Amino acid sequence: MAVAKQIPHVPPEKQILMSVNGDEAVAYAVKQSLVDVVAAYPITPQTIIVERFSEFVANGEVHTEFIAVESEHSAMSACVGAAAAGARAFTATAANGLALMWEILYIAASLRLPIVLAVVNRALSAPINIHCDHSDAMGMRDSGWVQLFVENSQEAYDTTIQAFKIAEDPRVLLPVAVNLDGFFLSHTLEDVRMLPDEVVHEFLGGYRKVYKTYVDYLGKEVELKLDPANPLSFGPLDLYDYYFEHKMHQVEAMKHVPEVVKEVNEKWYELSGRRYGDGILVPYQTEDADVIVTVLGSTAGTVRYVVKKLREKGYKVGMVRIRLFRPFPFDEIREVLKGAKVIGVMDRAISFGSYGPSFLEINTALYDLKEKPLLVNYIYGLGGRDAPPDLIEKMFMELLEIAKTGEVKEKIRFLGVRE
Amino acid sequence: MAKPESTKSPYELLVFETGKKYDLPLLLNPRQIAEQRKPAILPGHRLCAGCAAPIIVKLASFAFRGPTIVVTATGCLEVATTIFPYTSWAIPWIHNAFENAAATASGIESAIKAMKKTGRLPYDHIDVVVFAGDGGTYDIGLQALSGMAERGHDVLYILYDNEAYMNTGIQRSGGTPQFAWTTTSPVGKVLPGKTQEKKPIADIMVAHRIPYVATVTPAHWVDLIRKVRKGIEAEGPAFIHALSPCNRGWRFGTELAIEICRRAVDTCYFPLWEWIRGKGYYLTDRSLAIARNPKLKQPIEKFVELQGRFRHLLKPENRHLLKQLQEYVDMVWEDLLNRAANAPK
Repeated sequence: MAVAKQIPHVPPEKQILMSVNGDEAVAYAVKQSLVDVVAAYPITPQTIIVERFSEFVANGEVHTEFIAVESEHSAMSACVGAAAAGARAFTATAANGLALMWEILYIAASLRLPIVLAVVNRALSAPINIHCDHSDAMGMRDSGWVQLFVENSQEAYDTTIQAFKIAEDPRVLLPVAVNLDGFFLSHTLEDVRMLPDEVVHEFLGGYRKVYKTYVDYLGKEVELKLDPANPLSFGPLDLYDYYFEHKMHQVEAMKHVPEVVKEVNEKWYELSGRRYGDGILVPYQTEDADVIVTVLGSTAGTVRYVVKKLREKGYKVGMVRIRLFRPFPFDEIREVLKGAKVIGVMDRAISFGSYGPSFLEINTALYDLKEKPLLVNYIYGLGGRDAPPDLIEKMFMELLEIAKTGEVKEKIRFLGVRE
Repeated sequence: MAKPESTKSPYELLVFETGKKYDLPLLLNPRQIAEQRKPAILPGHRLCAGCAAPIIVKLASFAFRGPTIVVTATGCLEVATTIFPYTSWAIPWIHNAFENAAATASGIESAIKAMKKTGRLPYDHIDVVVFAGDGGTYDIGLQALSGMAERGHDVLYILYDNEAYMNTGIQRSGGTPQFAWTTTSPVGKVLPGKTQEKKPIADIMVAHRIPYVATVTPAHWVDLIRKVRKGIEAEGPAFIHALSPCNRGWRFGTELAIEICRRAVDTCYFPLWEWIRGKGYYLTDRSLAIARNPKLKQPIEKFVELQGRFRHLLKPENRHLLKQLQEYVDMVWEDLLNRAANAPK
């Protein structure tokens, strides 16, 4: 008789408990993920990832080729070359470094290369600022990458490993960016439980397996990689007669991402005992809430604390953390938000001349509802400006007031900025 | 839908079976090459009639020793050899972007190393060869190239230098020679074409102290094949600077590319040499002959007179410019003679 496996398969006491910061959590995850090539360039607050990883290389703890490239542009370019050659490739960056990669982000996604990128979110220059906001990540939202945002270092570890699984799934074959907040996570010590190496190896199915497909001019099924036994051309000129169809392939691939993210979230739960909502959204106290706040990244911890406090006082408030930002979970978020009177959308980035990026998405998601909740966009935390509980509480009180009056005076509010 | 049966075509792919050890001997006899080697680039591409670039690629590929992956920067060679759903490449090939061919090659070479280390490479070795134009090398790609050289990736980087941005329509680059007309260095009432000199790219690569650097032209084809083989065999980065005359941009007849290469070498505008780490500069082929017998050296007019881009230099009022160009060529040649270990002292 088959005995149902216990969940988690690896009990907490068999997991390795380490006090690490978010960057180190990512570095350890990459170390366990049988990555063939890491190409990276130092930039605060990402640098610890490549520093730790360099130590693993220097001590012979990994088989990985570490390329200390001369720029982030070359980091992503080298990842493209490595992944096209069939390797599992990883890089990490932040802010201006991500901006410098921008051109090649599109190429990585369009060539359908399952590269994983850790973005340690940081404000873009000018003025130069090393602290957290999401303007870097939002700049790449149309590039064809899957974007996941994590709340804490444990999730950074878990999600980095999951990212390889998601990226390499034959239904997806897209690069995945794991976003963790600069300094709030990257430089803050936290207890993180890690799975044994062999469990991670098994979860990922060993080294990367390259997707196979039938190629007409070779007359057989081959791995889609640079292979002297089966010569293929990658990155040809592609004009108006085919380009559009190729873009449709990317559109289709994105449609499969949510189901894969959900599956991977569940599989990880079975192994580790940890899951993050359904993998896409992480709601908290939303079911009967009049006011719901949406948020990305580490601020969710503070918002959850405030929700708990306000609930104790009898206020019907809730929050939902958006874990998967690209593809954006329109249907899922509509389901969570539809019963509320007022939604506060927190954005740690702004599209100048418009609203915060997630506000635009949520507006779109709710448009089809007959009875639409009222919406307010809260831009907060730019350049690392702190968002302490009293500020979040102030936002909730404003939203509760709107729920009472039914009147939105300002559709966009700037939280924590000096007048 | 039934899968099409494979048919034998003249456009044969260059396939390297896995599990075999390849060490193809270097062939320099035309008949042997014709019988025993297949080019990496196949007919049917859309490069202009008379373009030197595919000749360089074809000759270079005759020097390949086994499984090889080619990386191409954005440029004429890339757009004209691959327009989806067609490709002229008989071997695995990738184009990433304009400025990052060297970085892409770095990634491929590292992937090969990682796979070899873990017993997943089904070959003894895979060589990585880059073909990039002057824009992608002298200008926008210089940083990635320098990085690749400094990090020591085992890649042969071949620059096919047509001395301007020909793919976008003849704009000046760091590789454009002084006084050449281009669409962004036009000959006007006050400016005589490009006012700056050509960047000494091969010397810049020598300064990186990589194992091997050389200059070649498709006219001196035995020299070219030999040097490409040396570049592939070098352990670490190698750089080959190939002169690639462009009839559209240089304004000459489609039958003249090879003749212009000969004259480029005969006038010492483009000397043939190689630099070997630890040994220094060596003149080769025709340039060595000129060094031994200086009477063979032709005046720069011989190079300039065939090309419309230099037409203004032949006007009487511009004699001083031609003289200036001659002085520049002489200076560079003298400097090379002083450095070359095999030049008569």
